[in-house]
Formats: sequence, structure tokens, C-alpha cells
Amino acid sequence: MINATLKQLSQQLTAGQVSAVELATAYLDRIDALNPALNAFITVDRDKTLAEALAADARRAAGQAGLLTGVPIAHKDIFCQQGWKTSCGSKMLDNFISPYSAHVIEQCQAAGLVTLGRANMDEFAMGSSNENSFYGAVKNPWDVNAIPGGSSGGSAAAVAARLAPVATATDTGGSIRQPASHCGVTGIKPTYGVVSRFGMVAYASSLDQGGVMAQTAEDCALMLNVMAGFDERDSTSLERTCEDYTRDLAQPLAGLRVGLPREYFADGLAGDVGRIIDNAVAELKKLGAEVVEVSLPNTQLSIPAYYVIAPAEASANLSRFDGVRYGHRADEYKDLVEMYEKSRAEGFGSEVKRRIMVGTYVLSHGYYDAYYIKAQKIRRLIANDFAAAFAGCDVILGPVAPTAAFNLGEKSGDPVQMYLSDIYTLSVNLAGLPAMSVPAGFADNGRPVGLQIIGNYFGEAKMLNVAHQFQQVTDWHSKAPAL
Amino acid sequence: MKWEVVIGLEVHVQLNTVSKIFSGASTAFGAEPNTQASLVELALPGVLPVMNKAVVDKSIRLGLALDATINQKNIFARKNYFYPDLPKGYQISQMELPIIEHGKLAILVGEEEKVIRVTRAHMEEDAGKSLHEDFHGLSGIDLNRAGTPLLEVVSEPDMRSPEEAVAYAKALHTLVTWLGICDGNMQEGSFRVDANVSVRPFGQAEFGTRREIKNLNSFRFLEQAIKYEIQWQIDTIEDGGKIQQATVLFDPDSGETRMMRSKEDAHDYRYFPDPDLLPVRISSEQIDTIRAAMPELPGQMKARFAEAFGVSAYDAALLTSSLAQAQYFEAVASATGQGKLAANWVNGEIAARLNREGLDIAACPIAAERLAGLIVRIADGTLSNKLAKQVFDALWESDLGADAIIERDGLKQVSDVGAIEKMVEEAIAANPKAVEEFRAGKEKALNALAGQVMKASKGKANPAQVQDILKQKLTQA
Repeated sequence: MINATLKQLSQQLTAGQVSAVELATAYLDRIDALNPALNAFITVDRDKTLAEALAADARRAAGQAGLLTGVPIAHKDIFCQQGWKTSCGSKMLDNFISPYSAHVIEQCQAAGLVTLGRANMDEFAMGSSNENSFYGAVKNPWDVNAIPGGSSGGSAAAVAARLAPVATATDTGGSIRQPASHCGVTGIKPTYGVVSRFGMVAYASSLDQGGVMAQTAEDCALMLNVMAGFDERDSTSLERTCEDYTRDLAQPLAGLRVGLPREYFADGLAGDVGRIIDNAVAELKKLGAEVVEVSLPNTQLSIPAYYVIAPAEASANLSRFDGVRYGHRADEYKDLVEMYEKSRAEGFGSEVKRRIMVGTYVLSHGYYDAYYIKAQKIRRLIANDFAAAFAGCDVILGPVAPTAAFNLGEKSGDPVQMYLSDIYTLSVNLAGLPAMSVPAGFADNGRPVGLQIIGNYFGEAKMLNVAHQFQQVTDWHSKAPAL
Repeated sequence: MKWEVVIGLEVHVQLNTVSKIFSGASTAFGAEPNTQASLVELALPGVLPVMNKAVVDKSIRLGLALDATINQKNIFARKNYFYPDLPKGYQISQMELPIIEHGKLAILVGEEEKVIRVTRAHMEEDAGKSLHEDFHGLSGIDLNRAGTPLLEVVSEPDMRSPEEAVAYAKALHTLVTWLGICDGNMQEGSFRVDANVSVRPFGQAEFGTRREIKNLNSFRFLEQAIKYEIQWQIDTIEDGGKIQQATVLFDPDSGETRMMRSKEDAHDYRYFPDPDLLPVRISSEQIDTIRAAMPELPGQMKARFAEAFGVSAYDAALLTSSLAQAQYFEAVASATGQGKLAANWVNGEIAARLNREGLDIAACPIAAERLAGLIVRIADGTLSNKLAKQVFDALWESDLGADAIIERDGLKQVSDVGAIEKMVEEAIAANPKAVEEFRAGKEKALNALAGQVMKASKGKANPAQVQDILKQKLTQA
């Protein structure tokens, strides 16, 4: 049961083979047993979870169940959830019990999904290794010495360790795809604007996008049907007719044009990762896909552009954490300025402070044009690169990260090295495109490696189709770590 | 040395929308603290601003009234600074591409019209309020006002005296209330003025260094503050000092301005486009629709009053100082056909009485048709000015019409020649000394005799007739 996919759990619940309470209990027991070693959850609340499960069972008994009613889910601790601590991985919000729920949470609750707990993450979603959480690093279930990736490391580790069949997540520069790749699960980051950001604690507003991780592409499609949709409370939410993201899963791939950006296979890509991606491409060819080379010439510039734009937006987004209305406030201070300074100095971790300072700097008088405006121009060039590439292909394939998961502590002292590992994921956010990570094999050190699929705008169904067909002829996604 | 004063104003006009600029919370004034602060005003983690479209429509109305350029692409920016009554740590405002640019507003300086250029007007959210009393050394924060829509209207430094500054502020106040986009309540902060003031030697082309007086919430304070500031700057320079750019506050108790922060303390607001809000695009059709629904503006109505009713430019300006005032006048003038008389009464007795009793024209106890009833009786000679004032007082106190009051109090002017002649003869007979004096060439003596006649008639005799008949009788005999 614990290895079951969302789809299978849905069938079992519908058939009455298992109840929501039984399912929740089984996962909670497993969390109790394994979470102390993995640290994938920040908050688990058995009473709350079982109350939700009971309600789901009652709904089913009343004949009002939907497809996913009673299925357990883990929520990244970035989505405000009424009555739950919503810490965003930060001491700043360690005392924050949200009085309201994010759109994503509301949608999941309306579908009857049962909250298992709140998944660990890098503080305010800033990080690629999950070592920046106030609640301690998450361990990679495949190797507890390895990072799980970040910032949605708790979500990825929970799904990989079968502590949850599915988990919500967010992706600002790779925070869904990179941990999904490192933990061997399937993750999708939709087109910017497809999933409402209302109630998602903001890191970099123009880049943040909610998404989901599960074992299979099909599960991701089912979840996207729940999470996506217009929300008038988010001005950047796109008003378009609802899609059924499962509609194209079974489509054959014959004639599919797959673009391989030459810049993604150049220096810096580890040999074992490169071979895994090559093999994955070969599988797709066997399914009838046609490979074309494309170019994304400004890929290198995505790193400086991202690390200007994201911190700039973050520096303003995080100003609201001032100790005045909620969140951490220093115990002692002599005046207002000292209250701000001490509360923020104590409440934020070092990576968050670094990005606030970088962001403040690049927006400062005299530097704005050289940094922020320049970065916005690069952003436009990167989007143009993708537009040109998609003129000749349907999806773009490549690695998610240059290497498999590195060791805990390996890069935590060198932020620039850490930033460089985001090279294959940042451009997608800068362009606002959808992308996925799909399990594609194991590196020489035995750690999972994901294949990145990048779609054109609103190309979610197409990406899911490719991923699903790939998962019909491979079994990387169904491999679980021995725990 | 002779000094020239240079003044530019920045006015914060609170737009009278039902809900806030970026949330559905109410904008009503005076509620219990923080009861009108939604999740958005509290700036909880994860909340997002959503633009209130009514703010755009109201802003366009002002833009059209100022004959300005309406920018069809509007971008909101974050203005970053920390203060407890600014919950997000940034104010959402407009930096580049404000909704209104290059407008103009005419004011009257004496009898001369002067056009003040409006540089720009941009949409933004108001902050909350910090309450420093009643908290035993702590400060309280009330976020009810946070998120109230503001239109910040910035003028060019075109004003050359405190009087011009006040005239501009009043003209803008008239316009925004006229258009129905602001309630104009200055005590409640619906219309707040910042004045940029500098002085320079007459004839010098460059501006002097300016100081900005913040947050003036009455026309009287605006005038006092500018006057004080001008004198302070002139004194400082004449004493060999230099003006440093600064922001100052006006203290109405002392009548002085005092430094709030110097240029060195000026914030770097780190403006950048707010990624939570898409650019607001305004279509030409939207502008045309609003234009078609624009009311006749004060300037247009002023010209029409001068033309149609023959009133002076000065009177016409006073009559159009508010829409209610203008409508009141027009009703009286149209009903009586007596434009000048109507103007005199509306700008004179009515204005003085309303002012004395602290009332607005809308609350005037004498409705337009009742004043018209009075004016008709003045025009047809039934009432002398003196009697008319008596009737006016009675109109103010009762619900009766002018004719009913004249009837009730017997105030009809006596214009019957026979009756007046009789009274004149009696007066001549009773005052031989005055008669003698008049005949000796003392013109003033005539007034004494006329006074006797008026007294005898209990003020009802037609004064002009009394004069005529008196002269006639005295020169005849």
C-alpha cells in the first residue's frame, strides 16, 4: 500500500478496500518511524490529519467523494494553511499559525485530500540543498549523507521515502525539479500563472510557481487538475479555461520533435549524468521521437540574471517580516530601529540575509540600471532563445542538474558553487515556461538522476504525455530506496 | 534685496472608492482601529494585491478635467522603506508612467487668470496611522487607512505667492469634489497638501534650494506655513546662511515650521516594478466613455455664468467654488432672470450666513426657489434692500415663502406717491431746522429728513421715491 501511486490509492479508496483513516494512519506511522532520520517534515499533527481523514471517509459514505478524496498529501511549509504552523523553514515564522489557507490548499481540501503534515524546505525557498532550513537539513532517502536538493527537499524526500504519495512544492529557480531529480521522484513546475500564488509565501514573485511531486507523471497530471485554475486573488493568475491534464497521457510519441540544447551538454555536465540523459533520449527515440539540436545561447547568463532578479524581489517581499504584527520579535530592544534590526538578525538565516543584502544592493540608487535593468534585458533574451528553439521542436530535453546529489556540507560554505549548480533550471523560471523532472537512472554513486522536460507555454499536457510514455517503458520512477 | 517666492504643491487626494485600492476592505473613515484591515492590509505572508478598477476610472476623470495626457500603460512600483504603519515594508505607488501627465489648472489671481501646470498625478496606496498617545510609552498602529487609494497630484513650481498656492489648492479641491472622486474632507485627511517652497533674488533664473512642508490639512495652515517658511528662508539667507534641502513639518500651535529630516537622511526608496501587479492598460474606448460622462467643469461653468447672467469674473469664480454652490446659483438666476442680483445674494448674504453658522451650501435652510421668491420681490420693487434683509432673516428661520413673510409682517414697500408725499410734508413741517440747513446748501440735511420719513413709514417707504419727493418739495417751495 505504501508504494502505491495516487492513481492506485484512488482506486482502492473507491473500491472500499481501504479507508482514508487507514491510509492516513499507515503514512503517519511510517512518518513516525522514518522522519527522525530524514527530517522531511517540520510539522506533523496526527489529530488534525485523522480529523481530515474522518471527514473524507464521511464524504465518501455520503456519496460526495471525488477522485482523490481520502488520499493523503504532504504540503510544502510555504503554503499558508489555516490552523497549521506555516514556518517557510524560518525561525522568523516559527510562531506563525496561519489564519487563512492558500488557493492551492483550498483546492486540495475541496478535492478531499488529507493533509499528512508540513514538508521541510530551505528557508523562504532559498537554497538548492535544503541545508538552509531553520529546522535542520533534510536527508536524501537514497543516501542520508546526500542532500535531497532544494528548496522543496522535504517534499521530494517524503515522496521518495514513501512518507507521502504526493507532495505540493514550489519552484522559483529549480526548487521542484532539482530535488525531484536528486530524490528520484516525478515533479512538475507549471507555466507561470497556471497555479495561483495566493497564500504561497513569496520569495521572488515573478518567478515563483506552485507545482507538485509524486511517483508518476500520471499522478502529477491528476494533481494538476486539482491545483491549477484561475484565482482572482492573484493578479498574475491566468484566466483560461480549465484543462484536463491527463487528456494526452496515452498519446503515442511518433513524430514528436525533441530538442536537445547544445549548451546543456557542454563542459560542466558530469559524465554519468550525461550518459543517463543520452539513454533516456534513446528510449524516446525508440518510441518514435525525432531528435533535433537546438541552441539556448544565453544559458550561462541565466545565473547572474536570476541572482539579481530573485534577490531584488526577495528583498522587498521579506520586508514584511519586521516583528511588528506577527512572526519573530526580539525580546529586548531600545527603540524601533533596534527592534527591526534584532528581530530580523535573529529571525533570518544567513542565506536569506545574503539574498536580502544582494537584492537591496542591486536596487540601490546608482546601481539599479547596471544590475536590475540589465538582468531584465537578459531575461527577455532568454525567453527569446526558448521561443526560437520551440519553433523547431515540441519539447526540450536535458539534465536537471550537472551532477547527482552532492554530499551534505559539500557546498554549503561556498554559495557561488551552489548557485552554479542551478544552471539548467534557472532559465525556465526566467522565461516562465513549464518543466518537469522525471526519474531516468542512477549515477555512479547510486544516487538518482532526473531527466528534465521543458515544455512551451501551457505545454503541460504535452510534457506529461512524454513523461508518461517514458514511464511506460522504464521503471526508474517505481524504484524506492531501502529504508 | 527683493525676493521672489517659488512654490510647487504635491497634493494627496484620497479617492472615494467603496473598497481599498488593492483589497476588498472598506475605506469608511472612523471605524474602530484595525477593523478595516484585511489580510492584505495586515501584509500576512502570501497575500497579494488586486487592483481596484474604480481607482483608474476616477483618476481618468481628473486627468480629463486637467486637460492632461492619460497614460494608457500604467505600471505600479514598490517604494521600499520600513515603518510600522507600512505593513509590507513597501508602498505600492507609481514611478515611471504615472496615469496622468502634463495637465493644467487655471486659478484666479486678483482679477487675472493664471494657469498652473500639473506635472503628473499617480495612483498609490495610503499607509496606516501610528498613534503615539494613550499607549504608555508605546505606539499603537491602526491599519484602517492602509490601502486607501490616493492620487498624488504634483504641480510644477509655478506659484509665486502663498495666495497663489492657496488658490491652486482650492481650485484642485473644488475640482476633485466637483468630479465626485474625493469627499474633500480635509480634517479627515482626504485632501493633504505638501508645499515645496524656495526663494530667489528677483530676476535670477535658477531656483533657490527648496524645503518641503509636509502634510498641511487646511488652507489656512497652508497659507500660514508658506508665509512663515518664506520669511524664515529670507531671514536665513540675509543673515548669511544657506538653505539646505530638507523636509519640514508645520506646527499650527507655534505657527512655525521645523525640520523633520535633511537631505542626508533622505531615503533611497529602491523603486522597482511590482511583480505582483500586471501593467494596467487603459483603452481609448474607456477614456472616451469616461469623457462622454464628464460633467460641465468649473471653468466652463464660470465662463457660461459670465456670458449668460452677466456676472463678473470674480463673482463667477466664487459661484463655481463648488458644484452645489454653482447649481444653487443657477437655479436662483434661472428662476428670477436676475443674474447679478442672484450672484450678489448667493455670494453675499447666503455665503456670510452659511460661513457664520458653519454650514455647507447643501445644508442651506433657504432652498434656491425660496431665495428666488425673495429676489423677485426685490426686482419688482416690492422690497427695499433693508426690507429684503428682514425677509431674508425670516426665510432663514422659517419654512414660509418670501411672499407669505411679506404678507405676515406687513413688509411691503410703500411706493404710493400720495402716501409718501403726505409723510414728506409732515417731516418738512416737523423739522424746520433741517429744512433751513438744506436750503442754505447743506446737502446732508436731506438725509436727516429722509431718515425721518423712513422712520415714519417703519422702513417701508421706497427710499428712492422718498429722496425724489423730498427734493421736489424742498426746491418747489
